[in-house]
Amino acid sequence: MSNKIFLRKGLNIPLKGSAASHIARSISPDIIAVKPSDFRGLNPKLLVKEGDAVKAGTPVMADKKRVEILICSPVSGTVKEVVRGEKRKLMEILIESDKKNEYQQFSVPNHRKDASAEEIKQVLLSSGLWAFIKQRPYGILADPEKEPKAIFISAFDSAPLAADLDFTMRNDFENMQVGIDVLSKLTPGGVHMSLHADNFAGSPMHRLERVKTHIFDGPHPAGNVGVQIHHISPINKGEIVWTIDLNSLAAIGRLFTKGVFDLKKVIAITGPRAKKPCYVETIPGMPVKDIAEFAELTPEKKSGELLPIRYISGNVLTGDNVGENGYLGVFHNQITLISEGSYKEMFGWALPLRAQKFSFSRSYFSWLMPSKKYSLDSNLNGGERAFVVTGVYEKVLPMDILPMYLLKAILAEDIDKMEQLGIYEVIEEDFALCEFVCPSKTEIQAIISQGINLMIKEMS
Amino acid sequence: MKVLRKFVDNIKPTFSKGGKLAFLHSTFDAFETFLFVPDHVNKKGVHVRDSIDLKRTMTVVIIALLPALLFGMYNTGYQFNLSTAGDMTFWGMFWYGFLKVLPLIIVSYVVGLGVEFAAAQIRGHEVNEGFLVTGMLIPLIMPVDVPLWILALSVIFAVVIGKEVFGGTGMNIWNPALISRAFVFFAYPSQISGDKIWISELSKGEGIVDGFSGATPLANAAAGQFDSMPSFMDMFLGFIPGSIGETSTLAILIGAAILIFTGIASWKIMVSTFAGGLLTGLLLNAVAPGPDSYLAMPAINHIVMGGFAFGAVFMATDPVTGSQTEKGKWIYGFLIGMMAIIIRVFNPGYPEGMMLAILLLNTFAPLIDHFVVESNIKRRLRRAAVKN
Repeated sequence: MSNKIFLRKGLNIPLKGSAASHIARSISPDIIAVKPSDFRGLNPKLLVKEGDAVKAGTPVMADKKRVEILICSPVSGTVKEVVRGEKRKLMEILIESDKKNEYQQFSVPNHRKDASAEEIKQVLLSSGLWAFIKQRPYGILADPEKEPKAIFISAFDSAPLAADLDFTMRNDFENMQVGIDVLSKLTPGGVHMSLHADNFAGSPMHRLERVKTHIFDGPHPAGNVGVQIHHISPINKGEIVWTIDLNSLAAIGRLFTKGVFDLKKVIAITGPRAKKPCYVETIPGMPVKDIAEFAELTPEKKSGELLPIRYISGNVLTGDNVGENGYLGVFHNQITLISEGSYKEMFGWALPLRAQKFSFSRSYFSWLMPSKKYSLDSNLNGGERAFVVTGVYEKVLPMDILPMYLLKAILAEDIDKMEQLGIYEVIEEDFALCEFVCPSKTEIQAIISQGINLMIKEMS
Repeated sequence: MKVLRKFVDNIKPTFSKGGKLAFLHSTFDAFETFLFVPDHVNKKGVHVRDSIDLKRTMTVVIIALLPALLFGMYNTGYQFNLSTAGDMTFWGMFWYGFLKVLPLIIVSYVVGLGVEFAAAQIRGHEVNEGFLVTGMLIPLIMPVDVPLWILALSVIFAVVIGKEVFGGTGMNIWNPALISRAFVFFAYPSQISGDKIWISELSKGEGIVDGFSGATPLANAAAGQFDSMPSFMDMFLGFIPGSIGETSTLAILIGAAILIFTGIASWKIMVSTFAGGLLTGLLLNAVAPGPDSYLAMPAINHIVMGGFAFGAVFMATDPVTGSQTEKGKWIYGFLIGMMAIIIRVFNPGYPEGMMLAILLLNTFAPLIDHFVVESNIKRRLRRAAVKN
């Protein structure tokens, strides 16, 4: 029933600070940020103004072109501030929580099994959970007018220090099952779920029914849903598929059982600068300040300088540097704390040992200590250069895609070539490891973004 | 260390925008990043980076070149000692060779880096590391008696015409070190061919042992003098006349092991180049008209003679000018090996074929890659057809 796919290419970055399997506490934030930038493809239209009272599930934004797509407040309280950036661009909506958790009640079909696809769609749209479904190509908001070929879910996260989803989702089994039952009505191709070979039998997700299970083995990026789709049923021109993460799947389950918009989830606090890395229960949009107690402030000394902490919402490969005063991204399941690498190391590139430095290549000696964990920081470890070395990206991209040629097609803005070389199958996260190993320090994810944005512009 | 840092920080404003020497910004930057890994941090995308950068990459290549360089120095003295029937000691021979080779290296680096810095200055770019390797490769593929002014000219030609006109490191079409060799070959043919040039002082003809020819094995082979060729072992170990770094296949293989182990150079190119050379040699053996023909020479000799091994390990594997697709690397390497042997055996004008073979395949590498990319595109399209 399940087929096993072995991926040889990739890399698990040995970063220090993985979270221990216990939930330290439950955070109920005073303030929540709703950020339009979390939803790719959303052209935000503000639906509330400062001072408005909202419940959990009250729409605060809609898409300008498809007004049925709503973004809702995850907490009850009042709209405190609408933050705008340059050219009045909507940056975030800050909502002050009243901590009462008053939910907007949505009417859901009584008999889920008999509900039509149209009914389900309407419930998802009105509750704001539609925005949590992503559409490939490009990883954008799903188009309600189109039917996807299939729906894909990755049941494990292979990114550095990622939250152990078997642990964080263990109490959400029923909710996830309801989510699957509901979503499978929206596609002819069924719901596909990928588990990791190491512990698939022990994973709670292994017991889910009415889902096609696939087993993946290998290092990161095996857990990226894009990589999984590539091996299960690749996206060709003209096809669309949907993806959804487990937390959003459970939220759909809660919606269809209790009629509420409830995003609460368990996230990991990780990284070399995290004090006792662990898990906390919270709500997306929480201020990073709320986990300040977990930050290791005792400064690491390097060349006599005190290194500040970089607060990353997400993992070190794809997360956002939100800063001390930032907020947790809605799709992020972890916060990673690393040191800012703003120091100058004398003859760093020439020193033969540099035992604290990790490298995928064997030009450093980190290969001698395969089980060692490293305190990596945000230093670029070199200067930006033109593409010189070849064959490195291929080692960490387990897809039948020629990374260098796709990147060059994007830089040349050659739409035909981008199409032929696989732009439909990738999003930024799939190329994050290429960026990590690149000796020329190229900003590869930014190039992929540029390509995707160009495709969206040209093809619409 | 802190003193140095302070000093650099002190003089930095002079070279920054608005400073007196702001026009030397690139040069200052090059020296600063040479001394200190810069404090640049990731702005977008990934938050952590692998420790490898181009400086480290190039350093590993230099380390891989050291065995060939050190043996080349020793062999320079050894061949001189042989030609004069002297009684130099091991260290004597090495010291002699060291003194002969060092000026070549210095000239190569000083002239080459001078041009690089000037080019970076004109463009306002950072100085690239590419020449660290090129500057070492050029002396190693020159005869030891090459006049320094010719070397300097060839380095300038290589950096300007071979690299900078295309946009600098990473943008060039042909291997710059081989461009310099080709420049000398075509501009000063008398300086780089014949029997006299491979051994230090031999062209002056003083104190030379009677009957000592100084001919390289390649020249012997091309002239059909198979009897006067050195033994296989001598050729493998490198006790033969030739360009400074190319003679010892053993030293080159040590370098190859370093490059392959660290993953800096493509083992696919090395293996396929050797395979191409060997198979072509065997094929020629099979069709050789008689045992005296060049075609009949054992294929393995081709590998240990002349610049074949050096070219396969250090020149063909240049990632910028070689094939960039993994499948293309197999084809590219194989064709280099094949062309090198064909040029050697069938071209009466010049006994060595490796330089021209690599330059030729540098030219065709994008074409090879084009076919590999097209096949990838076709495979991806077929995938869609199967599904529907």
